Amino acid sequence: MRELSMHLMDIIENSIKADADLVIITIEENKAENNLTITVKDDGKGMDKEFLQRVFDPFVTSRTTRRVGLGLPLLKAAAERCGGKVEITSAPNLGTQVKACFQHQHIDRAPMGNLAETLTAVIVGNPKVDFVYTHITPKGRYVLDTRIIKETLDGINISHPKVVEWIKKNIAEGLKKINGGVDE
Amino acid sequence: MIKSLEELKRIRDEVKKATKVREGMKGTRIVVGMGTCGISAGAREVMSAVLDELRKRDIDDVVVTQTGCIGFCKYEPLMDVIKPGEEKVTYVNLTPEKARRVVVEHIVNGRVVKEYIVPNL
Repeated sequence: MRELSMHLMDIIENSIKADADLVIITIEENKAENNLTITVKDDGKGMDKEFLQRVFDPFVTSRTTRRVGLGLPLLKAAAERCGGKVEITSAPNLGTQVKACFQHQHIDRAPMGNLAETLTAVIVGNPKVDFVYTHITPKGRYVLDTRIIKETLDGINISHPKVVEWIKKNIAEGLKKINGGVDE
Repeated sequence: MIKSLEELKRIRDEVKKATKVREGMKGTRIVVGMGTCGISAGAREVMSAVLDELRKRDIDDVVVTQTGCIGFCKYEPLMDVIKPGEEKVTYVNLTPEKARRVVVEHIVNGRVVKEYIVPNL
């Protein structure tokens, strides 16, 4: 994976596969503190202790029963490559939280990539799932909540092209305001 | 987000008011493979291209969704085009440009783009 936003997309896919209704995505970045943290929390079916222990092993998981495949091992590698780590907490029927920490200024940290495009694809591609995306920088906070969008839309499909365009623009402008997701 | 919700409301009212010119696309679905394999092969760009092409052509009754790995990792990025009453067509090894062509040729003009499919898949 070339970008962290692709890892993010992949981890969200796990939540969706775990039948989540709500996925809470939080990205916190602080260059001065050399910190970049991506958290994905869902209310899906979760994992038991035994499965959780094997979750980073790409070869133990079996295709038919898997909730996680290569995605997490790749994310772990991407984090550890730049002095970070990945922590997972999960409980059956309660959901899963994946927290990935990176050293923001580390030379080997993958670039963030296009967050607006990534999140728009995820939101539109999974119209039955709700997403709350929060991005925090020292400059401020941006929040996108699909529950509010859907309520506002009053029956109009969230995948309507005009709505898709609005979502993408909203994220891009929101991030710009707080200087979020930018790699120079 | 809150501030531009007004804009979203305007979009909503606009869409509600608009009379449908075209009904032919109803029930058509595009499903993009977004497993680990798909994403790393460029599925996000493919999906963005599809959404953009639909928007440009003002096609609002085609549903674009995503799915996980379907086991054809070496053919990623791939997507299914499902039209009501027709057999599902799986397009493989896509690029954003190829995906745009599928929208134009298959979705709009109703012709399967044979170069991009794998027989017997």
